[in-house]
Amino acid sequence: MEHFLLQLFIFLAAAAIAVPIAKKLGLGSVLGYLIAGIIIGPFGLSLIADIEEVMHFTEFGVVMMLFLVGLELKPSLLWQMRTPIVGMGGLQVALSSVLISGFSLLYLPWQQAVAVGIILSLSSTAIVLQTLREKGLMNTSPGRSIFSVLLFQDLAVIPMLAVLPLLATIAMLDDGHHGSIFFDISSLPGYLRILVTLLAISSIFLLGKFAGRPMFRTIAATRVREIFVAAALALVVGISLLMTAVGLSPALGTFLAGVVLADSEYRHELESDIEPFKGLLLGIFFISIGASLNFTLIGEEILLIAGLSIALIGLKWLVLVVTGFLFKMAKKERSLFAIALAQGGEFAFVLFQFSRTNGVLPAQTIEPLISAVAISMFLAPLLFLAHDKFIAGPHGAEDVQREADTIDHGEHRVILAGFGRLGTDLGRFLISAGIKPVILDHDAANVDILRKFGFEVYYGDITRLDLLEAAGADEAELLIVTIGDKDKASELVELVQKHYPHLKIAANAADRSAAYQLMDLGITVIRRETFGSALSLGQESLKLLGVDPYEAYRLKRIFRKKDEEMMPELYRMHREDEDQYISMYQKHNIDLEELMRLDQNADTEELDKAWTAKNPEM
Amino acid sequence: MRNPDYPMRKILIQFVHPARSRSKINNTLRAAVEGLDGVTINDLYATYPDFLIDVQREQQLCEEHDAIIFQHPLYWYSTPSIMKEWLDLVLEHGWAYGSQASLLKGKLFLQAITAGGDDSTYRKDGYNEFSLRELISPYRATAKLCNMVWLPPFAVLGIHRGLPEEEIKMHGEDYRRMVIGLRDGTLDIEQGRKEDYLNNDLHAIIRRP
Ligand SMILES: Cc1cc2nc3c(=O)[nH]c(=O)nc-3n(C[C@H](O)[C@H](O)[C@H](O)COP(=O)(O)O)c2cc1C
Repeated sequence: MEHFLLQLFIFLAAAAIAVPIAKKLGLGSVLGYLIAGIIIGPFGLSLIADIEEVMHFTEFGVVMMLFLVGLELKPSLLWQMRTPIVGMGGLQVALSSVLISGFSLLYLPWQQAVAVGIILSLSSTAIVLQTLREKGLMNTSPGRSIFSVLLFQDLAVIPMLAVLPLLATIAMLDDGHHGSIFFDISSLPGYLRILVTLLAISSIFLLGKFAGRPMFRTIAATRVREIFVAAALALVVGISLLMTAVGLSPALGTFLAGVVLADSEYRHELESDIEPFKGLLLGIFFISIGASLNFTLIGEEILLIAGLSIALIGLKWLVLVVTGFLFKMAKKERSLFAIALAQGGEFAFVLFQFSRTNGVLPAQTIEPLISAVAISMFLAPLLFLAHDKFIAGPHGAEDVQREADTIDHGEHRVILAGFGRLGTDLGRFLISAGIKPVILDHDAANVDILRKFGFEVYYGDITRLDLLEAAGADEAELLIVTIGDKDKASELVELVQKHYPHLKIAANAADRSAAYQLMDLGITVIRRETFGSALSLGQESLKLLGVDPYEAYRLKRIFRKKDEEMMPELYRMHREDEDQYISMYQKHNIDLEELMRLDQNADTEELDKAWTAKNPEM
Repeated sequence: MRNPDYPMRKILIQFVHPARSRSKINNTLRAAVEGLDGVTINDLYATYPDFLIDVQREQQLCEEHDAIIFQHPLYWYSTPSIMKEWLDLVLEHGWAYGSQASLLKGKLFLQAITAGGDDSTYRKDGYNEFSLRELISPYRATAKLCNMVWLPPFAVLGIHRGLPEEEIKMHGEDYRRMVIGLRDGTLDIEQGRKEDYLNNDLHAIIRRP
């Protein structure tokens, strides 16, 4: 136990030190982790052991990452992307495999060359997606192309696992190791195997579509947050197990589950619950990649490994450029696309391992290749940096950003916190004006009903920073606070002012004192909840009493304007001098009465005289 | 009895006064025509106190009537502000004017104007230096652009609170006669167009049955 904690401490501390430094230097978090790994690894301070074990375990971060990616991709969007996924992805994997295999053929027998080719055609989902997200490029058009290719690669791992054993040339002792701890489906006849696989996939669909929401609703109703987190984790882990059992990629399974749940109101809650786990696991995963760089081997075979790394990146880059060309990408997009995917991926580690145990590739072939993959992964974030600096130029990044805006279509410019009676009408109003707010509410039953009416409402406690983040507080422009609980509202406002100072805030206040409380926080756009309807009712009442409709309307407007104008002064009084406040309040009301009487009884007699004075007979 | 040459006209009176509680003459005029067959009174300030004019409703009203009377006090040598808003919004291109528009074509356009200054002040040598006809020329031009038949204003001038009740009543009577004359086709449009004010000499232009 102590040993475990010590190891954990070393990993976490290394990350906590290295990542901020790397970010400060503009290197991005992935490089920070990788460097931290080298430093604490066997060739640095030698602080950690069992690197392979750690790497294996933390690979799960990739699975979680794909779940999160899935959550952001609605099925309709995925369907729209089918051409780039199959087209670009397929082309990239095929061309890379052929080219690298051909190149390897110079040194290796054909079976081994083919194995090396297909394994190295894969890129690093973990590094690339993490970097794209950090740069905010996920929703840009190159971002989507890159993602499509990565998704296809994840799919391609499945047939690769099936094909690799067929390439075996080395006699192996059967170590009795099989894919699954539950049952081994490879012992089933072919048709049953397909059946089981299909069953597994459709069960994910059905689970997500029908069981997911009622389950999360019940859990949300308990309002015990950990249970929600536990359920979310259980979902991801459970699906991974199921996928592994039927011999599919767990990442693919959770990705599918994510897509199915992308339409549900629990999307943001799930996102914010899984996110920290994913972040930590991936971080440690990157550290272990850094730590696994075998510098002894690299030192001994420096020329070979350097050559391999360069050839790997070069060949993949070439294929990507060609792919981009064939798919008519713009020049800037193509260059980012090619740079982003020109590295080996974490799946290569898995597949090389798999090839060795299956007698496809000998250890002495694998060792330098693994080093080359690790080096290429290490270079990936650096290539991104170089791309930003030299190729994209100062304007390049901007171009890409602007594209993102059009794709987002201003969809998430507004976060609406609280969707009670007031929020509902407000939401309807905004939607009718063409602004689609992200709506968050804490009442699971309420969320459910409103969803039935077609609102895009999400469940969650808006005063949680991670949920705000998941709701897109980073990119949003405006936060509208309509939660009834005024302390909760203040809490939210303070949180937002601290972490998202760019967000404009408009707030509803239940009454005068709630308004004052918001004014304490410097909010200026405040509407008192019942004020508007009180005045409207007043206007109608005046009309019923025979006051001219236009007059009644004007009186309402005047009252409202004056009342709002005196708010700041009353507020000051309220805070400074309670006693004077009341007399001040009364005085203001008298002033107002006077003012309104004036407006109504403009002296008609005098006015008549003025206009008729010049009539000759007057 | 109606003139057999003319069909009965439907009359739309756009009543434009911001505060009826303070109106003397316009209330009287209005009362004189209220409830007449074939006459619709549409109170703009009461219907649209927030100036949010329902363009579709207004256009439909216009389409359903043959004569449109804007009844309003003279404010700053012009109309109360909502009438300007009405013109700006309701007279849409393609509906009121433009090569395709013919929906207002041939309808009568006329203003019933009340004013503080009397006739003698609305002369070149009078205090206000311009005649009422000159002052309302934008509306005449508007009517022309919309292919409407413009008529001189029904004008009640020199109005103030001190006027004897009978005089005010008399104006109401005239107004009623004019509206009925327009409705029944007994008012001679051609003759009327030659006058400064339509109510200069109603006897002369309204044919007796
Ligand atoms: C804002 C305002 C502007 C006026 N402008 C004029 C004017 O330009 N010329 C004029 O003769 N009378 C003017 N008057 C006097 C009105 O025309 C007169 O009071 C009105 O026609 C009386 O009608 P009522 O009793 O229905 O309100 C004005 C009155 C007001 C209130």
